[in-house]
Amino acid sequence: MARKLSFRGAINEALRQEMERDKTVILMGEDIAGGTNAPGEQDAWGGPLGVTKGLQPIFGPDRVMDTPISESAFIGAAIGAATSGLRPVAELMFVDFMGVCFDQIFNQAAKFRYMFGGKAQTPVVIRCMIGAGFRAAAQHSQCLYPIFTHIPGLKCVVPSSPYEAKGLLAAAIRDNDPVMFFEHKLLYDVEEDVPEDPYTIPMGEANIVREGSDVTIVTLGRMVSLSKDAADLLAKDGIEAEVIDLRTTSPMDIDTVLESVENTGRLVVVDEAHPRCNIATDVSAQVVQNAFGALKAPIKMVTAPHAPVPFSPALEDLYIPSPEKIAAAVREVHAYA
Amino acid sequence: MTDAIQSVVMPKWGLAMQEGTLTEWHISEGDTIAPGQEICDIETSKIANALEATISGTVKRLVAKPGDTLPVGALMAVVVNGDVSDAEIDAFVKKFEDEFAELMAKAEASAPKAQSVEIDGRKINYLQMGQEGPAIVFIHGFGGDLNNWMFNQPNLSEKHRTYALDLPGHGASGKAVGDGSFAMLSGTVVKFLDAVGIDKAHLVGHSLGGAIAIAVAQAAPAKVASLTLISPAGLGSEINMDYINGFIGAQRRNDMKPVLSMLFANPELVTRDMVNEVLKFKRLDGVEDALKAISGSVFAGGKQANLLRDALAAVSVPVQIVWGTEDRILPVSHADGLGGNVTVTRAPNVGHMAHMEIASEVTKLIETAAAS
Repeated sequence: MARKLSFRGAINEALRQEMERDKTVILMGEDIAGGTNAPGEQDAWGGPLGVTKGLQPIFGPDRVMDTPISESAFIGAAIGAATSGLRPVAELMFVDFMGVCFDQIFNQAAKFRYMFGGKAQTPVVIRCMIGAGFRAAAQHSQCLYPIFTHIPGLKCVVPSSPYEAKGLLAAAIRDNDPVMFFEHKLLYDVEEDVPEDPYTIPMGEANIVREGSDVTIVTLGRMVSLSKDAADLLAKDGIEAEVIDLRTTSPMDIDTVLESVENTGRLVVVDEAHPRCNIATDVSAQVVQNAFGALKAPIKMVTAPHAPVPFSPALEDLYIPSPEKIAAAVREVHAYA
Repeated sequence: MTDAIQSVVMPKWGLAMQEGTLTEWHISEGDTIAPGQEICDIETSKIANALEATISGTVKRLVAKPGDTLPVGALMAVVVNGDVSDAEIDAFVKKFEDEFAELMAKAEASAPKAQSVEIDGRKINYLQMGQEGPAIVFIHGFGGDLNNWMFNQPNLSEKHRTYALDLPGHGASGKAVGDGSFAMLSGTVVKFLDAVGIDKAHLVGHSLGGAIAIAVAQAAPAKVASLTLISPAGLGSEINMDYINGFIGAQRRNDMKPVLSMLFANPELVTRDMVNEVLKFKRLDGVEDALKAISGSVFAGGKQANLLRDALAAVSVPVQIVWGTEDRILPVSHADGLGGNVTVTRAPNVGHMAHMEIASEVTKLIETAAAS
């Protein structure tokens, strides 16, 4: 039976159900319980935005571990535990802090299966928060999934809604490769119908969230709902946009994108990440290489500017792609003769 | 007189429906309407269907215009009995719109919600609508769920206690089905009748659910008042295994859409949302194994394993069968040569889903059976 659940609640439920299903699933991170083994309340925090709240009382401090404030240490420990039989889900708060543990992720976790000739596996999931709009300034607001998408050996998931988050996280935890799981902060309070039963959404399968025959919009994460809003605006002017949620950037389901572009001939890619070497450039390059003949207009990208996320609320609002900006790009591509 | 003015509102078809789009009125201002008359076409994100009137009177005002998308419960038309002035209608419309938000909040709170009972250690999910009158129990087919009856159950619930259940392995019921045998499925329905306190019910079964209804009538004849069977299984050995295996195997939209298209005479009825809902069901843990177990048991070797023609002939209560002549899953010829108490309606230009494709006709047939 489906009932309304928030993005935050959906992630919490996926963690709980996977921990019930498989005793080797453990959680690690800074303040994910917020008090474990300290005097007083044991589940004070549940992570900085309360996503893991309530799990420590169910599974205990051995499976829900508060770690020291040392990303290089606990991400390394999670990867090590994954190579020796556990399925850790490590929470690294903000993706902006990844810099201190790149070696563990890029050069260790991502390489083990390859360098040990397929004999090693690293079933770790690293969860983190992404995205602007939270008034958290330049060091807590980036969308750095393109950096991880660049690395062979990592899988990258950017969920767009509560239903998507629950099924994709369950799939990530059951996967035998390292998976980066990027949660947009502004989605945590978004609600929709989510089944109570556990389920998985396969990685590498894009989702057509709206059908249309005039222009294809390819997007991911929080930009999916903004792109749907843009499509609603455009529909009033008789422009039918098809909106594709990539769901995962690695593996990427480029076939669904190509099929749509072959039908519409026009493409807008919407990505909240900085515009250089991001998912929009990647999708654009693959479409140009594989479906050049189908294109009736130049591809347009709608992204944040190549600049740090501003602290000024007025500037931050301007920085993020909006339905109006997306609709304007679609109109331009649509009008191109 | 307050009830001299009545409203036609946006219906709620299925638990998930939030809004619908009026595509066409079949009535004009000044027309007289009667219950059961199709008054307009409505499209939801899942499917399009005609709305039947549940009231009678003169259509005084069409508030909604074709193309309007309205929330469930929103006013679409005003119907009157006797002399009512325009001013009174204006006041009615204004009052309705002023009170709409509050009304909807109340309706939301009292809306029927799915419930569950435990049978043989397995959760069985069901939706009850209507508290009084004879009981009607709806049994869906392979891969279906209780929402398959969304066009039939609400109307019938006005004068009947209606129950639509999710079979084991389906919908929100438990997904562990063991050997997936036909006896387990029909046994569950017999126990369901006891579990929810039904002494006697009119059974409505579709496809595999039709065969289950026959088996229930055979096993517990005292509990069954009539049978309405829509493209039932169990009356011949043929079954389109391309559909069954396609349904089990399809993981993606592009694979699932052609499979679901086999169900309907008009493949355009298969919408993006319908495909997505089916994929959502199929992604639940345990569903693929459940469907494989059931299919491996009831369609072993690509044939229907349970032939119930003799059992059906022995049923002493009224039996009616509705079968679309364009059914591509189970051939309409399986309805030939059935004697006894069986009435057969062969519906032209209808596929395997008569209860959705010609919903109002099927609802009327069920109502007639339940009235006798």
